Amino acid sequence: MISPKLVEVGRHTNINLITNSEIENIEGEPGDFDVTLVNRPRYIDPVKCTGCGECARHCPVTAVNYYNMNLDDRRATYIEYAQAVPLAFAIDTDTCIGCGLCENMCIAKAIDYDDKERTSKLKAGSVILSAGSRGFDPSSLDYLGYGKFPNVVTSEEFERILSASGPYFGHLMRPLDREEPKKIAWLQCVGSRDKNRSGNGYCSSVCCMYAVKEAMISKEHAHGDLDCAIFNMDIRTFGKDYEKYYLRAKDKDGVRFVKARIHTITEVPETGDLSVWYVDETGATQEETFNMVVLSIGLQIQPKTVELAQRLRIELNEYNFTSAAPFAPVKTSRPGIYTCGVLQGPKDIPSSITEASAAACLAGADLAEARGADIQKITVPDEIDISGQEPRIGVFVCNCGINIGGIVDVPAVREYAATLPNVTFTDDNLFTCSQDTQDKIKEVIIEHKLNRVVVASCSPKTHEQMFMETLEACGINKYLFEMANIRNQNSWIHSKTPEIATQKAKDLVRMSVARAAVLNTLKEKIVPINKQALIIGGGIAGMNAALGLGKQGFDVVLVEKDTQLGGFARQLHHTIEGEDIGAYIEKLIADVEADNKIRVLKNTRIVGFEGFKGNFATEVIVDGSDDKEKIKHGVIIVATGASEYKPEEYSYGEDKRIVTQVELGHRLEEQGASDLDSVVMIQCVGSRNDENENCSRICCQNAVKNALDIKRLNPDAQVYILYRDIRTYGLLEDYYTKARELGVIFIRFDQAAPPEVQASDDGVLVRIKDHILQQDVDIRADLLTLSAGMVAEDTDELSGIMKLNRNPEGFFIEAHVKLRPVDMPSDGIFLCGSAHAPKLISETIAQAQAAASRATTFLARDEIKLSAITAKVDTDYCVKCLTCVRSCPFEVPVFNTHEKVIEINEAICHGCGVCTAVCPRETIQLSFYEDDQITSKIDALLAGGM
Amino acid sequence: MEDFEPKIVAFLCNWCAYAGADLAGVSRLQYPSNIRTVRVMCSGRVDPLFIIKALKQGADGILTAG
Repeated sequence: MISPKLVEVGRHTNINLITNSEIENIEGEPGDFDVTLVNRPRYIDPVKCTGCGECARHCPVTAVNYYNMNLDDRRATYIEYAQAVPLAFAIDTDTCIGCGLCENMCIAKAIDYDDKERTSKLKAGSVILSAGSRGFDPSSLDYLGYGKFPNVVTSEEFERILSASGPYFGHLMRPLDREEPKKIAWLQCVGSRDKNRSGNGYCSSVCCMYAVKEAMISKEHAHGDLDCAIFNMDIRTFGKDYEKYYLRAKDKDGVRFVKARIHTITEVPETGDLSVWYVDETGATQEETFNMVVLSIGLQIQPKTVELAQRLRIELNEYNFTSAAPFAPVKTSRPGIYTCGVLQGPKDIPSSITEASAAACLAGADLAEARGADIQKITVPDEIDISGQEPRIGVFVCNCGINIGGIVDVPAVREYAATLPNVTFTDDNLFTCSQDTQDKIKEVIIEHKLNRVVVASCSPKTHEQMFMETLEACGINKYLFEMANIRNQNSWIHSKTPEIATQKAKDLVRMSVARAAVLNTLKEKIVPINKQALIIGGGIAGMNAALGLGKQGFDVVLVEKDTQLGGFARQLHHTIEGEDIGAYIEKLIADVEADNKIRVLKNTRIVGFEGFKGNFATEVIVDGSDDKEKIKHGVIIVATGASEYKPEEYSYGEDKRIVTQVELGHRLEEQGASDLDSVVMIQCVGSRNDENENCSRICCQNAVKNALDIKRLNPDAQVYILYRDIRTYGLLEDYYTKARELGVIFIRFDQAAPPEVQASDDGVLVRIKDHILQQDVDIRADLLTLSAGMVAEDTDELSGIMKLNRNPEGFFIEAHVKLRPVDMPSDGIFLCGSAHAPKLISETIAQAQAAASRATTFLARDEIKLSAITAKVDTDYCVKCLTCVRSCPFEVPVFNTHEKVIEINEAICHGCGVCTAVCPRETIQLSFYEDDQITSKIDALLAGGM
Repeated sequence: MEDFEPKIVAFLCNWCAYAGADLAGVSRLQYPSNIRTVRVMCSGRVDPLFIIKALKQGADGILTAG
C-alpha cells in the first residue's frame, strides 16, 4: 500500500533522500539551521546499485532477518524488503565475513568494502522530526511467557507471519511446529495502559484496531474454522467508521471479545499450546487453551529517539512523546522544528499522515518567502514534428541484471524484434532504467531518427513515466512510447520454464511493436491555476486552514453561514488539558480578521458552483443580498463542522436536570458544582447504536473532563460514569486514570441492557446492572448528563450544489481512508475538521493545517498539465443517444442543450474509457487507447500464433 | 485434448488487475503461461467487439479483470 508513496518520494526531484544517517546536531534558528549528519557506511553505493540482488544471492553468510522480526534469515548482503527506497542493497558488517563474493558478482561495481562513516552538513530552513516508534518489548513481563514459549508472539511478529513477503509466505502458522493454529488469542494493552509493569500509562490508540484486523485476516488465511478471541479491557475503535469494522468482526465473522486482563500464560508442554488464565467479569477464575497467543504490544518511543531529542534540545513528556500544546499540535518546544506521527503521540496511519501534512504546512510557512528558490527545474526541448513520417521504432530489451536475462533469452528476443515491421533499431541493456542507459537511448533516438520507442522490461506502472521523460528530453512526444512487461508478468512468473518465457517475451514485444506503430502524438492541455482558495466554514478548522494558507502567501475567501466566526467550539470552555478555548477562538478570529490575505464572508450561502481543479467558480449570497457574487478560486477546503446530537433518549428535554455534556460544561462554568452531590453520566447517547453505528470519538474524554471539573469544584460530589467502553485513547488515558484516582466511579453496561432513567422529586433515579456485583444498582442523581455524540452539520444543499460525496451519517468522504485523509476524491478539493469525522480540537487544528498544506501543493504551481489520456467525441457522427452520459462513472459527458452537442471536459475526464466502449456509434475515442491501439495488439498476438 | 494449451487474451485494468499481475511477479508466484495481457485504463474500456475479434482470430478464452 505504501509502495507508490515510496516510489514517488524516491523519484521526486526536490526530495533529497539521505538514508542510513542520523542527525548529530542542529544549530541556528528558524529559517537558517545548520544540520550535522552522521552518514553510516552501507558498503554498497546506492547510486550505482541497481537492486538486482545478485550480491545477496551469492552471499554465503546467513544473518537474522530483523525485518521479519527474527522469524527467518537473510544474507549478510541484503535489502530490507523488495519495495525499499532507495532500491539499493547494503552489507551488514556485523555478520559479513568479507569473502568478496558479492564484489565479484556485482556487475554495476557498487560494492565498496572501504566505505567509512562520515559526517556531513546541510542547511535547512525548517526541520520536521518524524522519528516514529517501535513496538513495546514484552520480554520483561514474565507472566506472559514471551521469549519462553515459542507460540507466544508479538503483534509485530504476527503481522510478518500474515504477510505474503513474510517468513511463512503468508501461510498462517505458529512458530513452534509450523502447524496451522485453530485457536488464537490476542491480549490487548501489553505495554499500554499499564504504568505499574511497563511504565506506559498511555493508550497506544492503534492496538484494538490492528488486533481486530489481524483476527479478520487470520480467518481469511485459515483453512477451516479459526477461533479468534480478543481479551481486552475496552475496545477502542474510535476512528472514522472503525466501529463498523469492529461490529463486522464481532457479529458477522464471529471474533470473540472477552473483557478480561490476563493473569498468567502457561505452556502445555506436550503440545506447545498455551493456557490463558484470567478472571472474568463476575470475578470467577477462568482457564482457556489456545494454539497461539498474540500480544498486542503498544507503541514505544525508542531510547535512540530520546537521545536525539536531548541533542536537539526538544522537550519530551514523561512518556517521551513531544509535549505538544493542544492548540499547536505539531510544534515542538524549539521554534522552527516541527513533529508528526507517533513521536508526537500514539496514533494510527490516517492521523499520522494528516499530521505530516500539518507539519509541512508550518515548515513551509516559515519559508514561504523563499519558495521555489532551490528547486530543480527540468527543461524539455521543443517537440520534433513527426507528422507524415513512417513509423521508425526502436526496441530496447532489458536484462534487468539477471531478473530477465537469467531466464529469458534476451539476445534472441532482440533479434526477433529486429524482424518485426517498422523496427529500425534494437538493443539490449543490462539495466534499461539506469542513468547511463538512459543517456545511450537518447543518443540512439537522435542518431537513428526514431519516432517510436518500445521498452521490453519491467512494469509500466513503475517505469513508464521515467521512459516517457527520456523521450521528452529528446524532443519526442511522450505518448509515442510503449512497454512490454517481460519481467513482472513473464520472467518472474515463468522462471522454471525459460523457453516458454522467451516465447512469451517475443509475443509481448510483437504486440507492443504493433501498438507503437499506431500511436499518435498527443498534446497535454495546460491550464492556469487560480491562486485563490475558497474555504467553507469559519470554525476552528476553517480559520486555521485560512491562516495556514495566508501565511503561505495565498489569498483566501472564508465563507461562514453564521453571522459570526467560531463554529461549534464557541459552545466549549476549555480542553481536558485546561486550555481556554474561548480565548483561543477570540485570538483566532482576531488573527483571521487582521490577515489581509483573508477575506471573510459571514452570513453567506453558497448557491452556485462550476469548474474543475485550479479553476473553480462559486456563487455566493452575502447577508441575504439579492445579488449573487461569483468567486473564482483554484482550490476548495471543506470545513463545515459538526455539532452535538440532541438526544431523544433518557427523557432528555422533559426535565431540566437531564442535560448534555455541553450543557453541563456551561453549567459548571456559570454555576459551579457546589450544589451537586451526585452526578450520573451516560455514554454513547446517539452513538454506537442502530441509528448511528459509529463512535463519536470525543465523548469519553468529554465526560472525563467534566467529571474532573466537578471533582475540582466540589471534591465531595459523587460522579458516576456509565459506559460501554471507555475510549480515552492516546495520552487522554492519564485523565481517565486521574478520574478513577479521584473517586469517579465507572460502571460498564451492555448495549442490550441500558440504564433506566426516572425523574423524581428527589432527583433523577438511574438503575443500572453492575457487572461485578451482578445486580441492579440504583443511583440518585442531582444531574443526569448524557454524553451525546456528534452529528455532521446539515450540508444537504451544499453537497448537492458542489457534488461532494458524504457517507450515510453526513460526514464528507476522503479520497482514501488511510493514505489520503485530507484530500477529497475530486482534485483540488480538501477536507478538514469535524466535517470529516468527529475529532478533538487539537486533531482539528492538525487537519486544518494539513488541508492548507495539501492546497498549497496545488496553489504553488502556476499551471497544471492535464493527462492527454482523455475521451473525445466526434460531434459530426454523434447521434446524442446519451449512452455516454448515462454510463460515465464520473458524470463527465454532458449534453450542451444550447449547442446541442455532447461535451466531454478533458480537465475532469478520468480517462477510463467507459464512454468509448459503450458508444454505439463509435464516435468517442479514448486517446492513447483508441480502438486500433488495442486491437493492433490482439491482431499481432494472434497472427503470430501465440 | 490432453495437450491442449488454451490461448487466453487478458484485458487487465491498469489500477487493480494489472497491478495485481505485477504483484504476482514480485511475489514470484508461478502460474501457467497461457495468458497474454492487454493493459487498459479500466475494464470498462473493453469493447465487446474486442472480445469477439480475439475469439474470431483464434483465441480460446478471454479474461477481463478489473
